[in-house]
Amino acid sequence: MNELILARWQFGITTVYHFLFVPLTLGLSVLVALMEINFVRTGKEIYKQMAKFWGKLFLINFAMGVVTGIVQEFQFGMNWSGYSRFVGDIFGAPLAVEALAAFFIESTFIGIWVFGWDRLSPKMHAAAICLVAFAANLSAFWILVANSFMQSPVGYAVRNGRAEMTDFFALLQNPHVWYQFPHTVLSGFTTAAFFIMGISAYHLIRKKNPDFFRRSFRLGVIFGTISLLLVMGIGHLQGQYLSKTQPMKMAAAEALWESADPAPFAAVALINEEKQTNTVSIEIPKLLSFLTYNTFDGEVKGMKELQKGYEAQYGPGNYIPPVIPVFWSFRLMVGAGGIMLLLALFGLYSWKEGKLENRSGYLKVMLWAIALPYIANTTGWLMTEIGRQPWIVQGLQKVEAGVSPTVSAGEVLATLIGFTLLYGVLAAADIYLLKKYAQAGPEGTILERHSGTSLKEESLWI
Amino acid sequence: MDLNILWFILITVLFIGFFLLEGFDYGVGILLPFLGKNDTERRLVINTIGPVWDGNEVWMLTAGGAIFAAFPNWYATMFSGFYLALFLILAALIVRGVAFEFRSKDRNPLWRNSWDWAIFAGSAIPALLWGVALTNLLQGLPVNARMEYAGSFWDLLSPYTLVGGLTSLWLFLLHGSTFLALKADEPVAGRAGKIAGKTGMIGLPVMLLYIVLSFVRTDLLAKTGAGVVMIASFAALAAVVFTLRRSLWGRAFAANGLTILLSTVAVFWGLFPRVIVSSLDPAWSLTIYNASSSPYTLKVMTIVALTLVPVVLLYQGWTYWVFRKRVTAKDLYY
Repeated sequence: MNELILARWQFGITTVYHFLFVPLTLGLSVLVALMEINFVRTGKEIYKQMAKFWGKLFLINFAMGVVTGIVQEFQFGMNWSGYSRFVGDIFGAPLAVEALAAFFIESTFIGIWVFGWDRLSPKMHAAAICLVAFAANLSAFWILVANSFMQSPVGYAVRNGRAEMTDFFALLQNPHVWYQFPHTVLSGFTTAAFFIMGISAYHLIRKKNPDFFRRSFRLGVIFGTISLLLVMGIGHLQGQYLSKTQPMKMAAAEALWESADPAPFAAVALINEEKQTNTVSIEIPKLLSFLTYNTFDGEVKGMKELQKGYEAQYGPGNYIPPVIPVFWSFRLMVGAGGIMLLLALFGLYSWKEGKLENRSGYLKVMLWAIALPYIANTTGWLMTEIGRQPWIVQGLQKVEAGVSPTVSAGEVLATLIGFTLLYGVLAAADIYLLKKYAQAGPEGTILERHSGTSLKEESLWI
Repeated sequence: MDLNILWFILITVLFIGFFLLEGFDYGVGILLPFLGKNDTERRLVINTIGPVWDGNEVWMLTAGGAIFAAFPNWYATMFSGFYLALFLILAALIVRGVAFEFRSKDRNPLWRNSWDWAIFAGSAIPALLWGVALTNLLQGLPVNARMEYAGSFWDLLSPYTLVGGLTSLWLFLLHGSTFLALKADEPVAGRAGKIAGKTGMIGLPVMLLYIVLSFVRTDLLAKTGAGVVMIASFAALAAVVFTLRRSLWGRAFAANGLTILLSTVAVFWGLFPRVIVSSLDPAWSLTIYNASSSPYTLKVMTIVALTLVPVVLLYQGWTYWVFRKRVTAKDLYY
């Protein structure tokens, strides 16, 4: 295995791992803020307990997101110095702004929030978590501004052997980021909603603290349904946008080898990448044209034709990304989203009917459904980043030109093994704690304030 | 003054902020297993930095981001050149950050003790390696004409760079122990004060050796200003030892802050206008001009930084005001 492949695996593993924690941070910070705002507004103790209980789970997850994020910032220079030199003039700016404008707020006010329950007025304390939620989502914006440049470069000129920034505001107005940012943030909201619904369902089955978890579930199901509907709507528009700016990515996501008018939609396909054909596929006629153009006709270009166009434009080479992972990750993402929407709507209906707690089968499913947003988040990014291949910056630089020339395969392998082992151990500790605190329920955080029981000792950090 | 110079100064400021703030966090982390004789004391030690360490660490991330944005070639050469060293720093910071959050969430003594040692290692490794790294920039790296690092991990470790690492480790240890003497309740504060006194005494010869080696191994002698600042940092350290003997913790902490500030300024001044000295050929050194971003990017980033940095200072300052009181065992149970 050469350095390039190892460096790509390292980026893939560390980024997917990092993004297991980010979406929950994005959504749960907002939900905990809403709970605490409710506490300030109504003065009802239960909302404070909710903020504390969900806040504790938030913090366990938050720590993992923060520390794995440091790797991301360092990794561009460590493994991708060629890339860093080529786009640093543009790419470094949003990362620096993210640290200055967002990460500072997030990290400072999380400390205030954790340690400030008795030192600040309730209003100030609620303001702290609101700032954390705001900054976490602002942070996502700046990171996605940087990522959007890789997918759809704007506001630059190639000079002095590198891409130089010519218009900062063009970066901010990049249409790509205005699809990607809401899609990502709303996915995070959905993740948090399913996290809360799943854990609440677990306790509702056991009839422990029914009032507490009924309220939690209600917040989750309303927030989740709205977020899901929006994330799907935006995802649809994003697909149409991508079919214009990154047609190869979308053609790979649909396993469309030949251009077609009208184009069918392949629900499932057995793909043969070598022979550039689908051995078997179940197709729905005209649907892809409709998804792309909102009408039942119109040509959708296939990978073979796009390949010829790219060869004419950029010279010889393979411009087709790995089709199988892109095709299936797209389907997994959409499929997980669809199941989530059905579950959320059924939950909303059951809650309206007042029958939620009788439906123990549904509640059991909801606990396992916590996995669904994670599947959708991960496969969404896999599709986005694998579909960008062979480019590291679409149309400007190929992946092999971005890798660090002086770092050896052995060094990358050593750190790859190091990160993987470290991340494995930390994942075990993280899941252990989340499970422990989720199962313990709110008593752990309620009792601490009133008696000298041992539980309070463990709640030092909240 | 052109923007390249301004950004060099800004990055120096970010490093100073990072060392001044995260410096005592590292020191506290290193001392944790030794100063906390039981679980309550250990939590008291951690709680002195609990509300602020995360915000302090962002200074480093911002410094990294600023180098990427303003001097992409510096970022690319340094981060790929310091490859394994940075991996060690990353692993340390990951384990340390998680440990702060996880250690008190289970009562099993093995669990807590393991995370405490993780905090120790996660603080000691970067405290040492940042000194090694900065000393390497100043001493010179085998950087070729294409700005690529042409050495190995072992080339980063020489007696001089290791003394550099020892110096930063020692200064942070001193910073952390005086901080604990100020912020922690008895009996931790008393123990910290004693350790501070000893650390200071040992710190004097370490720092002196570092300064002598710096004059021998680099071109610092040719730069009167930087040399004077470097010697002034030693004087500040002497003031630390002097004030520690009189148990003037506040003044000792301030004087040690001055030591860290002056020695960082000396290193960056010694570098200027280079950002990485090439040991192969002086002409191949990376400078604030050949490593920089375009004038447009520098302009944009200047506006952003000059707007936001004062705001950050304001609210971080406010945090320290909120948590200004000495941390007592009673606070652990609020």
